[in-house]
This record gives sequence, C-alpha cells and structure tokens, in this order.
Amino acid sequence: MEPNWALARKRRNLEERARIMQSIRAFFIDRNYLEVETPHRLPGNAPEQHIDPVPSPPWFLHTSPELGMKRLLAAGYERIFQICRCWRQGERGRRHLPEYTMLEWYRAGCDYRSLMEECEDLFCALVPGRSLTLEGRAVDLSPPWERLTVAEAFSRHSDLTPQQALAAGRFDEIIALQIEPWLGRRRPTFLTEYPSACAALARLKPGNTEVAERFELYVAGVELANAFSELTDPAEQRRRFEKDEGARRAAGKPSVPLPEKFLAELETLPAAAGIALGIDRLVMLLCDLQTIDEVVAFTPEDL
Amino acid sequence: MYSCADLKKGLKLMIDGEPHVIAAFDFTKPGKGQALYKCKLRNMITGSLFDRTYRSGESFEPAALEDREMQYLYQDESGYVFMDNKNYEQVTLDEATLGDDKFFLRDNMDVKILLFNGRGIGITLPNFVNLRVTEADPWVKGDTAAGNNKPVTTESGYTLAVPPFVEAGDLIQIDTRTGDYVTRVKE
Repeated sequence: MEPNWALARKRRNLEERARIMQSIRAFFIDRNYLEVETPHRLPGNAPEQHIDPVPSPPWFLHTSPELGMKRLLAAGYERIFQICRCWRQGERGRRHLPEYTMLEWYRAGCDYRSLMEECEDLFCALVPGRSLTLEGRAVDLSPPWERLTVAEAFSRHSDLTPQQALAAGRFDEIIALQIEPWLGRRRPTFLTEYPSACAALARLKPGNTEVAERFELYVAGVELANAFSELTDPAEQRRRFEKDEGARRAAGKPSVPLPEKFLAELETLPAAAGIALGIDRLVMLLCDLQTIDEVVAFTPEDL
Repeated sequence: MYSCADLKKGLKLMIDGEPHVIAAFDFTKPGKGQALYKCKLRNMITGSLFDRTYRSGESFEPAALEDREMQYLYQDESGYVFMDNKNYEQVTLDEATLGDDKFFLRDNMDVKILLFNGRGIGITLPNFVNLRVTEADPWVKGDTAAGNNKPVTTESGYTLAVPPFVEAGDLIQIDTRTGDYVTRVKE
C-alpha cells in the first residue's frame, strides 16, 4: 500500500501550524502570561442558546475553557492563556469542525479595548511583514485596525437597525450573510458594541447599557475571535444564564446544570477582559487556505 | 423527513414538488448566533441552480426517487444509454446530467440510475474506478518529497493531480465521489 497521499500533502500546512502555535506561546510567555490547563470534561458549560455541547456521560465536553479560566482569574491569576481542543455538536462546514483548537487569554485590570491592541500586537509578532495576501488580495496588518460598531455595520450593509433585526429574528443571518463578507477586506476589522441581548458573558458599556463591551475580530470576511470586558456581577450573570437555559429548554434542547461554583466565585473576579481565538482559522488565514480541512491532519470524515 | 443536521452535499430533497440535489453546502454560524445552513440547490429536472439558506429547526421532505441498478451500454448522439438487465428497459442520460461522471464510465459498468417518474435524472457510480494514465510529465529524479503533485490525463480525457511517481501507462484508482487520485494499481 502507498502512503496516505492526502495526508502527506498537508505537510507544509501542518509545519506552518506548528510554527504558529510555537510563536503564539512565545508571544504570551514573553508578556508574562501563565499557560494554564483546565479540564476538558465538565458537569456543565455556560448555557448558550446556540451552542450545543457534546455529551460525555454523565458530563459534557467543554465548548470553551472560559469557566475554568475565569475561576483562575477570580483566584488572583492575573494573566493567563490556554491552547486547547473544544467541542461543539453539529458544527461542520468550510470554517467549522466539531472538534477544533481554541486559544483563549484573559487579563485582569483591562477592558476589551486593550485586547484589541493585543490582537494587533499578536498578528505583528506572527507576521513580521505586516501584510497577508489572501486569494490574491492584500490585507494590511499595520495597526491600528478598523473599529466598526455593530450599528454602523448594519447601517452600511442592511436596511434594518440591529434592534429591528433582533426583533425580526434576523440579526444572525444579516451578520453572517450581508455583513461578514465585507469585514476585514483591506485591513482587519473589530466589530464592536454588540446589542445587550447578545452580551453572553460580557459587561454592558458604562454610560450606554444598550450595548455590551464585546467585539469580534474579522480578517478577510473570516470571523477569528470573540472578546469581552468580563461581566463581574454574579446576580446579572445568573439572570442571563437562566434566560439562555430557558431558551434552550423552549427549543427542546437538553437542559444543563448551571455552573454554580463559577457563579459563586464570580464575586471575586477583578475587572478583566478575555478573548477566544480559533487557531485553525488563524492557520487558514496565514497559509491562504480556503477550508479548515487543510489545516488539520484529520477531519471527522477521515476517521 | 430530514432536519438541518442531515443537510450535506448530494442530499436529495423535494422542493415545490420537484426533486432537488444539494450541489454545494456550507454550515456557518456568526459569533454566538444561530446556525445557518447555506445550500446551492440544483433542480434535478431543469438543472437550474439557486442558493437557499436554512435555519436550524426547519425540516425537509426526501425526494421521491427510484434508484435502479442498470448497466452502461454505449454513447450515441442522444446521450449515454443504460439498460436494466432484468426487464431490458433502457434509459438515456444527457452529458450535462452526467457532469464529470462521464469520465469515469467504463463499458458494461454496473451503476445506479436515479429515476423520477420513469425519467433518468442522475447516476451513482461505483465508488472507485481504475483508469489508465495516457499523458504525464516524466518523473523528475530526486523529486521524492511526499506531498508534491503533478497533473496527468487519463484515457477518458480526465485531468487530475497525482503524486510525482505516477507515469504515462500506469493504471490508477480514482474515487468517483471526489474525483481524486487514490492509489496506483498493480497489474
């Protein structure tokens, strides 16, 4: 039998992937971040209406390491990062794998704006030339990158306001189909100030509680990272979890236990910000590849 | 009934009373938002292509199609002719319906023909077919790096990428579902 050629021909991408992972670790270690590991198997994840965990009876595989990371923050670990596998049921597409690699980092004493700058710094460290060529088009990585609010993006690319789109149940599809393709084309875009209804674990903006201190990073139309100024109010977090859990039950999804230890320890969480960045998509971008399949040794279909 | 989780390339659905096949499929999901299932659908009767995006929770009727074992006979000006060996009924498919599959048809090949109201509208080939390479650049000595590739052309006129050691005259196995090279066949 000949060697598996489809696997052999991924060598350049897998070598680049390893180099990127090593550079990311070096970047954070150099900035005094502590690399941590948290359990991949949990009694329950943070309830999210549109994210389904993979059961690992009697528990679940984590959909993100966020709960464990924030418990570390609350215990006084002020700068932490983790690179780990996450699992999300049913997510398979050109840019989605049900098992994928996430980079998350958290920092005490800062807000989401500092994380935007840190994203810019990370890219400059990974791409010293500060320019990418994606499908023949140049993307300029020199900071500062574009900061665009969700409201501005809707006024550019849609006839609805974010509030009207939410009321019509069309917010997500307008973002995905009408707005995303335009984001980060010439230089990366931070899409910021999400409506408070889409805040998840983010703090509302002081002075304008209509919106949350949350951003998503887009490069060449690809959603790469999601970040918040962290919500530190346990009562408010519980209300949001219960609302999302209620929406899950109403949609006939299995109910999950609320993360009670996390909620209790949230009380000692300092002002902080955190971000989750998809490593597979980052490698896709840095290698100018069109599908996530090309940056992993094995897809679920290969097993 | 199918749910969104069943959607994938090649799935056949009934839409407005006519069979459609998903020609291209992508799953996408903005941020923490709702999943969207982007389909490029082909009407299996008219051949027309259009885009449609579905959201989780929607359901779909499977296409009412008959899959019948038939044998490839020959090609003439009307198209590609297949016969059911049980009742000698013949069905003709045109070139557009076959697409790239026309490169993988061999004489007397056993295939499955998709029928809608007695009319042939699609074909399923065996998963693997062996074809002889007729045109290939010679193997450059020293090019042994795993993962390199070069284009070759087969006896049926199909062009594909293969490892550098494949040469003209070699028999190669091709996966008809993807059109990709699998392995050299020992003779």
